[in-house]
Amino acid sequence: MSVSDKGALRVVRAGPLALLVDDGRFGVRHLGVTQGGAADWFSFRWANWLLGNALDAAALEIVIGGGLELEAEADSTLALMGADLDARLDDRALKPGATFTIRAGQRLVFRQPRNGLRAYLAVPGGLEAPQVLGSRSATPREQLGGLHGDGRTLQVDDKLAWNGRAVTGRPLPFDPAINMALSGNWLALVPGAQIGHFSGASLSRAFNLPWRVDDRADRMGVRLVGPKLHCRLGSMISEGIPLGAVQVPPDGQPIVLLNDRQTIGGYPRLGALTPLAAARLAQCLPGQEVRLVATAREHALRTHRRCLAAFR
Amino acid sequence: MVAQIELTAMDVLMVRLFDAIDEANMGWIVAADRALREAFGQELIDLVPSYTTLMLHYDALRLDHDEAIGRIQRVLERLEPADTGLGQCHEVPVWYDLSVGPDLTRVAERAGIAVDEVVRRHCGRDYYVFALGFAPGYSFMGLVEEALATPRLKTPRRRVAAGSVGIADRQTAIYPLTSPGGWNILGRTAFPLFEHARRGEPLLRPGDRVRFKSISREEFVRQGGDTTVLESAP
Repeated sequence: MSVSDKGALRVVRAGPLALLVDDGRFGVRHLGVTQGGAADWFSFRWANWLLGNALDAAALEIVIGGGLELEAEADSTLALMGADLDARLDDRALKPGATFTIRAGQRLVFRQPRNGLRAYLAVPGGLEAPQVLGSRSATPREQLGGLHGDGRTLQVDDKLAWNGRAVTGRPLPFDPAINMALSGNWLALVPGAQIGHFSGASLSRAFNLPWRVDDRADRMGVRLVGPKLHCRLGSMISEGIPLGAVQVPPDGQPIVLLNDRQTIGGYPRLGALTPLAAARLAQCLPGQEVRLVATAREHALRTHRRCLAAFR
Repeated sequence: MVAQIELTAMDVLMVRLFDAIDEANMGWIVAADRALREAFGQELIDLVPSYTTLMLHYDALRLDHDEAIGRIQRVLERLEPADTGLGQCHEVPVWYDLSVGPDLTRVAERAGIAVDEVVRRHCGRDYYVFALGFAPGYSFMGLVEEALATPRLKTPRRRVAAGSVGIADRQTAIYPLTSPGGWNILGRTAFPLFEHARRGEPLLRPGDRVRFKSISREEFVRQGGDTTVLESAP
C-alpha cells in the first residue's frame, strides 16, 4: 500500500539532543569538514527502508530521548528504528523496528533508553532541509546542515516537514530485538600501521580484556576505560583520521573516533573499527562493557557487503 | 621521500611521503593530491592531505583493495613535485592587540622581545599552508621563526573567537569559527575563512602562502571585525 503523504511534526519539547541526519558529508574532508551523519548508519538505513525511502533520506537521530516531544500536524505514516527509547504515541508504547500511523494532534514522546542510545525516526520521502556541502546532516560544532542549514540541533517550535510517499506493511527481514547495531559486545577492529609500535603486553591486554564505555562520549568520539596501553610513539605529525579510528593518547586510554571527529589528528592508533562496529559503539551507553577483536580487512569487507546486501 | 602505503581502515589507505614537517614537502603533497584525485576519479570518497601524508578513503564496494594500491603506486612512480610558486599568495590583515590577542605578552616574554617586535616578526615572513583540519577552513601554517615558537596553553580556552590568529610551537593558524582552543592568540582578522569553507571554496589551500599584515583597530572594524575582548588564558 502506498499513500501520498505531506506532513509535519512540531517540536513541543526539544530533549537533550535530537538532530537531522543523513548518510553524512563526503568529498569535503580536505576542507576540514567532518563526516557527520547517522552515527548508527545501519539502523538509520533500516528506518528509511521500512518506508520505502531512499536509504539515505534525511531522518531524525534522537539521542537518549530525555523528553523529546513532537506533535503531528497531519495524519501520516512514520518509521522508528534503532534504540528503544521508551517511545510513546500518546499513551501507546512504540517499539522500534516498524512503521506506525500518527494522527493530527497526536504526540510522540521519547523518554529514556531501554536498549541502545540512538533512535531513528524516518518520514515519507525524508525530512526537508537545505543541502549544505552535499548533505543535510547537522554538525553543531561546525554550524553546518540540519533543519536551518546552520548545524543547530532541534529546538522548540521547529517544524519537521516532508512531502513523500510511504510504503507500508514492509516487515523487517530480521527481529528488531537482534538488530546487529544493538546486540553483542564485540567490536571488530582492522589493525592499522602503528599497531607494531604498541608493546606486546599492551596488545595482549587490548584484545583480551574488557573495556568500559566512558561517560565522555559523544558524536565526536567515545573514550574506553580499561588497562593502560603503552605505545612507543608519543605523538605524531597530524594525519587524516578515518571513521572508527582507535587512537591512544599518552594516558593510555583509547578514544574511538566517530562521525563528528576532527579530520586530522596526531595520536597513534591501534587501527579502526569496521563501519558496523562503529555503529554498534554509537549505540552503547556509558558503563557498558565492550571487547575489541582484531579482524582482517578482507573479512571486514565481506561482512560489510553482506550487511548491505540485506537492504535489497 | 619515504613513500609508504599503509592500511588505515577497512576502506582507507594512508599514503606516507615524509617523516618530518618541512616547507619543501608541500610541492610533493600538492602534486600527489592532484594525481591521486585524477587516478581514483569516481571511486574516491575522500582524500585528506596533511603535512607528510595523504589519507585516501576509496569506495571499497566498487574498487578492489589491490587495485587501489596499484593506482597509488603508479601515481607515486611518476610523481614530480608541483611548483609551489603557483600556489596563491594571500595577504591576511590582522588587528594585533592585547584585547583580542592576550597571549602576545606570553609569546613576547618567552622570546625576550617587545610585543611590537612579536607582531613585526609574525608579519615578517610568508607561511605555507600545510593542511586544513580541526574545523571547516582551519588552516595549519608555518613555519613561524624559532624565537616566536610557543607551546600550546596548558589549559585550552573554552571559547576562542572566530578570526583569532594564533601560534602553537612553530605553526600559526586562524580560527574560522568560535571554538575551544589551546593556541596562543595574538590578534584577530575579519578574513572570511568560514563563509568560503561552507561553500566548499576554501580561501586557503595546502601549498598556498600567507603573509599577515598588521592593521589598526579602525581598519579592522571597517572590514567588519568583531572587537569583543578575548579572555586571558585560563
